[in-house]
Amino acid sequence: MTGGAPRLPRIAVLGAGHVGPAIARVAIAAGHHVTIAASGDPEKIALITRVLVPGAESQWAADAVRDADIVVLAIPLHKFAAFDPALLAGKIVIDTMNYWPPTDGVQEMFEDRRYGSSEIVQRRLARSTIVKTFNHIGYHELEDERRPEGSPERRALGVAGDDPGAVDLVADVIERIGYDTVRLDSLSAGRLFEPGGPVFGASLPRTEFELALSVEPSSSRS
Amino acid sequence: MGEPTTFPLVLGLDTFGDVTYDDDNRPLSHAQTIRNIVEQGVLADQVGVDFFGIGEHHTDDFPLSASDVVLGAIAGRTTRVRLGSAVTVLSSDDPVRVFQRYSTLNAISGGRAEVILGRGSSIDSFPLFGYDLADYEELFEEKSHLFAELLKGGPVTWQGKTRASLSEQDVVPHTESGPFPAWIGVGGSPQSVIRAARHGFSLMLAIIGGSPSRFAPFSKLFHQALETLGHAALPIGVHSPGHVAATDEQAREEFWPRYLEVIRHVSKTRGFAVPTKASFLHEIGPHGALYVGSPETVAKKIAANLPALGANRFELKYGMGGLSHGALMTNIELYGTQVVPRVRELLHERGH
Ligand SMILES: NC(=O)c1ccc[n+]([C@@H]2O[C@H](COP(=O)([O-])OP(=O)(O)OC[C@H]3O[C@@H](n4cnc5c(N)ncnc54)[C@H](OP(=O)(O)O)[C@@H]3O)[C@@H](O)[C@H]2O)c1
Repeated sequence: MTGGAPRLPRIAVLGAGHVGPAIARVAIAAGHHVTIAASGDPEKIALITRVLVPGAESQWAADAVRDADIVVLAIPLHKFAAFDPALLAGKIVIDTMNYWPPTDGVQEMFEDRRYGSSEIVQRRLARSTIVKTFNHIGYHELEDERRPEGSPERRALGVAGDDPGAVDLVADVIERIGYDTVRLDSLSAGRLFEPGGPVFGASLPRTEFELALSVEPSSSRS
Repeated sequence: MGEPTTFPLVLGLDTFGDVTYDDDNRPLSHAQTIRNIVEQGVLADQVGVDFFGIGEHHTDDFPLSASDVVLGAIAGRTTRVRLGSAVTVLSSDDPVRVFQRYSTLNAISGGRAEVILGRGSSIDSFPLFGYDLADYEELFEEKSHLFAELLKGGPVTWQGKTRASLSEQDVVPHTESGPFPAWIGVGGSPQSVIRAARHGFSLMLAIIGGSPSRFAPFSKLFHQALETLGHAALPIGVHSPGHVAATDEQAREEFWPRYLEVIRHVSKTRGFAVPTKASFLHEIGPHGALYVGSPETVAKKIAANLPALGANRFELKYGMGGLSHGALMTNIELYGTQVVPRVRELLHERGH
């Protein structure tokens, strides 16, 4: 954690595909220290980092995570089963991943429909604190749709997690990036952000975002 | 972009073979839709379009699974338009067969064939041909490497996990005058940009939503990757959807209800919320990805975006499930006779 220091949280992004660099760019623009890592040698993503995310540093995943206050998990869901939970122990982790069988294929680990994908991620990363957000905005919209605080058409993003402190920390980052936030107090409630849900891919200001969530039948576990 | 556009300007059309509807708003048969595409390709040639591309899909509303056969029919009736895929889903195909089919098209058309390779957004091909979606990255990496080897001509030696190895294999038909142009279509994956540079493929940016300018860093990444690898510069193209009609209003009115219907369907299968009229109007404006309007509107947008992206080629993906064959023929005619010359004029005025 930040230990009460005034500096902005340091962010490590795992994943240098479609999504990772897009999140890294807006985090840098918001003033954060950002590192980026893929599954292997940082040399392999050095050019991508230099050109697409100027100001960020590419590192080995373990090094990037060690110094980070917040880790953004932006890897394909089908790579998650083989992901080492020890790497993220003790960290606040933003889960950007989605499970949608028509595009991801069927993933056994995520087939238990009583739980949202982030709840399953939390169970597996038992020593980390998971916050669900960024999963329901297209990576190609992240930069364009930012607006300054107070602007009437500012888009809202949902932020859900079981740990209120972690939710607030992440939500503050998102507000600084350029979005309003709607905070939900459990990963279970965060199922409303999933594909097929009322806000997935929807560009809505805060009040409409809240309305869309509230008209949906309760998300509580069956 | 700082890079001067050194490659000739190419203005083309792409189709995904969306099923067209008759005057009573009923879908035409797959067979009639395909025969109509042959007519559309022939018209494109007649009105001066530089390139005609056909995508690969495997669904009821996009029944165009064998693009190269349709391109062969068009080749037999045309003389100047270049012909290619847009895209070939290489991950679920056999690179040797793809090479053979397009090398054959190149022979039939007198050297007018091109191929645009994709990792596979048309994911329906994976289960159809027995591939696991989770392997797409490895499949595409290996197969694009093999395809690059095949393009060089001469006997091929290759080893990998995703198909049988080749040892000093002669693959026919040989091309008459070196490799035909090959591209990699990229929707937003930086690894694919690097891959294109590494294998010496040109870069086709598929910009189907959001602001085109956000792709400028991808062009830069491509240039820098080529430079780092010590390769010569290669062309960059842009592929985007749109619709041209006599007036802005007519184009919007024809396109919007069809687009909404198609996107509604895609939304359901992909799980995202349906776009609104407001988001559509944004997409057809200067900061969006769609080219919908009169010839002048569409030409201006193309002429503005190509230099901004360091690109020398534009492919308008025309057609949208439910539009009529007649509307598409008008679109093609307006594109060839008015948009193409106007873009050339606008870019010339600006010294490109
Ligand atoms: N499409 C959207 O707009 C959108 C929006 C929000 C969220 N998402 C979600 O974002 C996630 C990422 O999608 P994407 O399209 O960005 O994937 P992608 O383009 O396939 O990129 C995946 C990246 O993850 C890296 N990676 C894989 N395994 C890793 C590991 N164990 N440790 C560190 N890095 C690893 C890969 O690096 P290597 O090449 O080294 O393996 C690669 O850089 C998905 O779960 C998706 O559901 C998508």
